[in-house]
Amino acid sequence: MGYKTITEDNIDILVVGAGLGGTGAAYEARHWGRDKKVVIAEKANIDRSGAVAQGLYAINCYMGTRWGENNPEDHVRYARMDLMGMVREDLAFDMARHVDSAVHKFEEWGLPLMKDPKRADLPEGDIGKGAYMREGRWQIMIHGESYKPIVAEAAKVNADKTFNRIMVTHLLMDDAQDNRIAGAVGFNVRTGNYHVFKSKTVICGAGGASNIFKPRSVGEGAGRVWYAPWSSGSAYALMIEAGAKMTQMENRIVLARFKDGYGPVGAYFLHLHTYTQNAYGDEYESKWFPALTKMVGKAYLDTENQHFSHKPIPTCLRNHAFISEVAAGRGPIHMVTVEAFQDPHLEEVGWENFLGMTVGQAVLWAATDIDPKYINPELTTSEPYVMGSHATGCGAWCSGPKDISGDIPEYFWGYNRMMTVDGLFGAGDAVGGTPHAFSSGSFTEGRLSAKAACKYIDDGKANGINVSQKQIDDRKEEIYKPLETYQVGSNEIVGGTVSPSYILPFPGLQRLQKLMDEYAGGVTVQYMTNDKLLNMGLAKLAILEEDLEKVGAEDIHQLLRAWELKHRHRTSECVVQHTLFREETRWPGYYYRGDKMKLDDDNWHVLTTSQRDRTTGEYKMEKQPLYHLVDEK
Amino acid sequence: MPTFVYMTRCDGCGHCVDICPSDIMHIDKKYRRALNIEPNMCWECYSCVKACPHQAIDVRGYADFAPLGHSVRVLRDERKGTIAWRVKFRDGRVKNFLSPITTKPWGSAIPDFRNEAEPTQAERDSELLAFEPESIRLDDGGLHTLESNGLKLKEGVYY
Repeated sequence: MGYKTITEDNIDILVVGAGLGGTGAAYEARHWGRDKKVVIAEKANIDRSGAVAQGLYAINCYMGTRWGENNPEDHVRYARMDLMGMVREDLAFDMARHVDSAVHKFEEWGLPLMKDPKRADLPEGDIGKGAYMREGRWQIMIHGESYKPIVAEAAKVNADKTFNRIMVTHLLMDDAQDNRIAGAVGFNVRTGNYHVFKSKTVICGAGGASNIFKPRSVGEGAGRVWYAPWSSGSAYALMIEAGAKMTQMENRIVLARFKDGYGPVGAYFLHLHTYTQNAYGDEYESKWFPALTKMVGKAYLDTENQHFSHKPIPTCLRNHAFISEVAAGRGPIHMVTVEAFQDPHLEEVGWENFLGMTVGQAVLWAATDIDPKYINPELTTSEPYVMGSHATGCGAWCSGPKDISGDIPEYFWGYNRMMTVDGLFGAGDAVGGTPHAFSSGSFTEGRLSAKAACKYIDDGKANGINVSQKQIDDRKEEIYKPLETYQVGSNEIVGGTVSPSYILPFPGLQRLQKLMDEYAGGVTVQYMTNDKLLNMGLAKLAILEEDLEKVGAEDIHQLLRAWELKHRHRTSECVVQHTLFREETRWPGYYYRGDKMKLDDDNWHVLTTSQRDRTTGEYKMEKQPLYHLVDEK
Repeated sequence: MPTFVYMTRCDGCGHCVDICPSDIMHIDKKYRRALNIEPNMCWECYSCVKACPHQAIDVRGYADFAPLGHSVRVLRDERKGTIAWRVKFRDGRVKNFLSPITTKPWGSAIPDFRNEAEPTQAERDSELLAFEPESIRLDDGGLHTLESNGLKLKEGVYY
């Protein structure tokens, strides 16, 4: 192959993937590392990359300690309840105590945050002086069409170099010292050139995984997935293959959203006070709760006392009621909008909410003549997604900060947000056990990682990084293999896409999605799986991995899709391993283990971790203790 | 196909190719104009539509569920700091929306840390991030800790 090798050497901090997490890392790295070389490798264009590429209409994680609204521990308790107890509370507290500073900076940089002049609950002097418009207890409303380009500017100004259009395929390991990171490699999806980044530390800000479970829409609409189609599970695949310990990978998320467009419902529920009903106009949630309480226990769903305790009903349990009602033949579920939309202000909010972050939903309503002022739109539950920054906590097992986690050996090993691989840090979807970080929390995690990475280097931990030419050459051969496979194999056939010697990336992706859907609890099986199905799924994933050695790519664009598929496959394997390991149904409404239909706090009030052996590919599964924040008295 | 390009408006400048997060806007080799090569990997994020200097790119909703005869057009103006939307329904009704996208001239308020004071050793050893603690509460309050909030981490089953 005639592609050039371009080497960037002597990097101190390499940011892999610059969504909200990665941009936070690059920005903060410059503050603590004035003389350090900070480099960004981004798969797309940093101005419109990651989950926030399209914009956002809300910042879903803002404490408001400035206004006396919430303390960090309040947010931890909320996340704990929503995730049925499964949160790394040290990391969640740490994120929450810093997150407001990120939001205040965004406003300073020009992000339009909506103000609420009527906030009578604020201290006297603050009323009308710019308290933010609340959507809910944790969410503030923004005009965020340009959220990403504004934040990207902060990363670009402070990084030494930003490489756009680099698909990072592998992390590099130190050849002289076991279990130490040494950089990353990948290729430019436009020029095809091979890029080698030798770096003392790596902050993984790559994305979670859409499109590993068969989506409800399999035609053109496959692009209208809830999480961005470019979120290819790269965060997980890169870390898993580097041998990092992963956590909570079974904790996939299913979203109740507007049908087909997957338009968000947060502002509708919280700000517009719309509500749901079944096809016959009846409230349906409460009737499913008594039986559900028996499955999960009264501590997690107490229908009689829930509203007194101010604990929210966990998202997964509300999904369960939705799914059950539809299965009982009383679908579709509708969002009742016709009342709220009579108020012109709320109508405007309802539309701008989509235009600001999910334009496709507005396109769909325009196409189907649905004006929610007169018609209550349909809702649906999505296919599952694997990610770590929304209402779920998949990701790598990371160290917490010393002042919070220092006394807990399982939670602390020296550097905040460092994984179990030396010199490898993470942010956003990459960090496990920290749900409800969202955009602002992911940016904050990037900042925390960057400060810790600078300290790691200053402490001399990254001295003498050694990458052999053999490692670099081997990866190069591996990366371009799909092009060669195609070139050789295509000579064998007259034409078309069917070959006995290779599979193309898209059919390969469809095979992965069908397999995950049917064996690991996707939409067509009503999110149901069991131990037998999961074991069969693992066997099929192993065969698929053999076939992915023969994935063919016609050009560089298909090579990108081939490597995204390999990343999605590795992520899926880890998801199935974790789902098999946790022998209970912890999150009914996200997925069900048919052989273990109850929540089991006696045996499974723990976080799960896995570690894939770099040479054998074997997974080692473990339970990790859960430490909860409690009042000192 | 979610985004598509009008033949007579596109001049092949490549702004859409440069910005597309999904790498699906490419230049057609024969016509030297842009096209969407992979509609089922298009999120309808409108990044290319907004970036096009000639309004040559539009969106037709996903064929699996969106009937023809609608349009959602946009004009994003960085200089004015606004974004204007026009939603046209299949039955011809029209709705218009206008929102701000920034409150500052582009890039003017972003700090370059190379021009700022170096952090002290005490700050390096602390748990504080840049501009903290002032930027958290915007007053003289400090960073929350377990101790300051009367908390501890305890192993076991707590709800």
